[in-house]
Amino acid sequence: MKKKGLYQLKKSDNKIKEYTLSVLTEDKAGLLNHITIIFNRRKMNINSLNVSTTEVKGVSRFTIVVESSKEKIIKIVNHINKLIDVLAAFLYEEDEIYYQEIALYKLSTKIFLKGDLVEKIIIRKYGAKILKIEKDHIIIQKTGTKVGTQKLYDELKKFGEILEFARSGRVALSKKKRKTVNFIKQLEKTKSNKLNI
Amino acid sequence: MKKILGSEALIKSLLEEGVDTIFGYPGGAIMPIYDSLYSYQDKINHILTRHEQGAIHAAQGYSRVSGKVGVCFATSGPGATNLITGIADAQIDSTPLVCITGQVPSQLLGTDAFQESDVIGISMPVTKWNYQITSSDEIGEIISKAFYIARSGRPGPVLIDITKDAQFSEVDFNYKKCERIRSYHPYPIINDKKIKKASKLINKAKKPLILVGQGVLLSNAENELIKFSEITGIPLASTLLGLSAVSCDHKNYVGYLGMHGNYGPNVKTNEADLIIAIGMRFDDRVTGDTSKYAVNAKIIHIEIDPSEIDKIIKTDVAINADAKEALIGLNKIVQKNSHKEWINEFRECDKLEFDKIINKEINGSYDKLSMAEVIHKISEFTQGKSIIVTDVGQHQMVASRYYKFTEPNSNITSGGLGTMGFALPAAMGSKIGNPNREVIAVIGDGGIQMTIQELATISQYSIGVKILILNNNFLGMVRQWQELFFDNRYSFTEMKNPNFNKITDGYRIKNKKLEKREDLDKVIKEFIEFDGPYLLNVIVEKEENVFPMVPSGESVSNIRLE
Repeated sequence: MKKKGLYQLKKSDNKIKEYTLSVLTEDKAGLLNHITIIFNRRKMNINSLNVSTTEVKGVSRFTIVVESSKEKIIKIVNHINKLIDVLAAFLYEEDEIYYQEIALYKLSTKIFLKGDLVEKIIIRKYGAKILKIEKDHIIIQKTGTKVGTQKLYDELKKFGEILEFARSGRVALSKKKRKTVNFIKQLEKTKSNKLNI
Repeated sequence: MKKILGSEALIKSLLEEGVDTIFGYPGGAIMPIYDSLYSYQDKINHILTRHEQGAIHAAQGYSRVSGKVGVCFATSGPGATNLITGIADAQIDSTPLVCITGQVPSQLLGTDAFQESDVIGISMPVTKWNYQITSSDEIGEIISKAFYIARSGRPGPVLIDITKDAQFSEVDFNYKKCERIRSYHPYPIINDKKIKKASKLINKAKKPLILVGQGVLLSNAENELIKFSEITGIPLASTLLGLSAVSCDHKNYVGYLGMHGNYGPNVKTNEADLIIAIGMRFDDRVTGDTSKYAVNAKIIHIEIDPSEIDKIIKTDVAINADAKEALIGLNKIVQKNSHKEWINEFRECDKLEFDKIINKEINGSYDKLSMAEVIHKISEFTQGKSIIVTDVGQHQMVASRYYKFTEPNSNITSGGLGTMGFALPAAMGSKIGNPNREVIAVIGDGGIQMTIQELATISQYSIGVKILILNNNFLGMVRQWQELFFDNRYSFTEMKNPNFNKITDGYRIKNKKLEKREDLDKVIKEFIEFDGPYLLNVIVEKEENVFPMVPSGESVSNIRLE
């Protein structure tokens, strides 16, 4: 189990890739600002950011998606780990996590009623679901990757104008077997709180 | 339990943390705290500076000489924003501070109230931690956290903002010292495998070099460091902030690193086969071009802050630990060794540097006095035992080069941030932090004018600092760069200065002007021996350059001797 600590780069790696950061923090006002200025200082754009509570009371999870070289992102992760109220920042490549995003699409009911769009495209092909049907509009919901939600968007657009569209930030869980509450307990017990000489 | 006001709870919390000195400046939003302080004057010495920047630099100087946490007070709005430069300075130079700022009442937050500024937002990137207290119940817990965070691990500045209503409301006060924060692990558990791996590299190295940073001073590892160097026979070179951790007369000490450092340690960095960097962060003023730095060396980096490891220079063995703890571990297993020939190579470099530069600098070859001969004289006269507080510029580099420190925690300077105006207030804080030692502020004619108002503080409290102005009527370091790299185009660097002696008369501080070489010995003696504050205005050579010099962005091997 990785403790709050140090990421090191084995060899120089300047390839730009997508990385997901999962940051466990104390639930403290202002921390969002504290984390984002670390990216800002290095002129790094954040592709998506999600903050939510976790299964442990008082602990929040930030999920941040960026495109970066490994060299650059490791420095950022180590800097985030340094923040006093951060419990731990973890760095993941795509194959190390399960992740999803959610997208909502608002269409006019008229388009919706054209032929067999719903059954063929929305439900069967994309695994989307209808959230609400109103007189003048309907709401469709799909969870998946950004690529998947975008594909559905492009497909729906062929049938007419999409009234409104919103996509959430990524949420992710690591493939490692880890129980957050145990991890926090371990942090509470370490002897790194004082000098042991 | 008897309830007390939040403002008094704050003062009591500071007393619980052992605070006996505060530098500050009152104002509207911090008045309840000042009112409570009035009743505790027998326990706390408050120094009223003449500007909040003066207060924070004084707290920095106080902390750097005493090892204690420096404390300063300021009011909201401009009081708080005036602290920011000092906070940034303390952050980059790892100085433990707790800054307390008053804030407008909580119901007025975010309304553009009189003297309201978002000091939490402004200070976020330059503090180790900050917090806004809006209820008196939080005071004890937050202050104990603030001190724990400021002083532990890699130290740094903490800012606590307290709204006026929190100061005014009542609280049941009880204080518990903070001993752990679950999200903060200041002392990494040492990895014994890394110590073993490092010792193997150390044992087989032919040309090893130790780089001594401020981390050695911050962890009080001076003795362990000397022991390490004496067992292994490895030469010691120091960064600017590491100066005074090793006595300059130690047989293994080979000088000062960096842009204006000594010739030997800079050029030999690229000949070394092993660099052991201890409590330092490979600043660009030390490394020059990193792609041409330590090209033949394996790197061992002993560093308490994990985010510094591999940040600039890739390590072969990273020991993420407190410097003292790591050195104790290494000293148990490294082999006895000697590197006499390798150290002699440094001595050859010293000879070259002496012949080409030092000899003419200290032996009066200019018409006017040179900065180096004044510092050299002071170094000899005080036997390297004084605390030297420097500002930023040529005089700073000259003082770092020519003052031969023999005692630890004696070099107080603004290294990372390079803050002009630092020295005068930092010197008065240093004197208060260590009243038994001689404190000499070395300042240029530019820097003194940035915080000259603190002469009033020095005068009011009769703080016995010695103030040495090395006056060339130029912003000398910028002028030097203009001469060397900007085709002698002296764009806005010449200064028509006031009469510093008359100004000092106005502040009722003893002072003298020194121009003639034949007066140097006599005046320096008088300056040092005088009991009380004394300002000496020395007119030095107008267009002197500091050499050696590693031009910005070049390899340390390209260090220029002329």
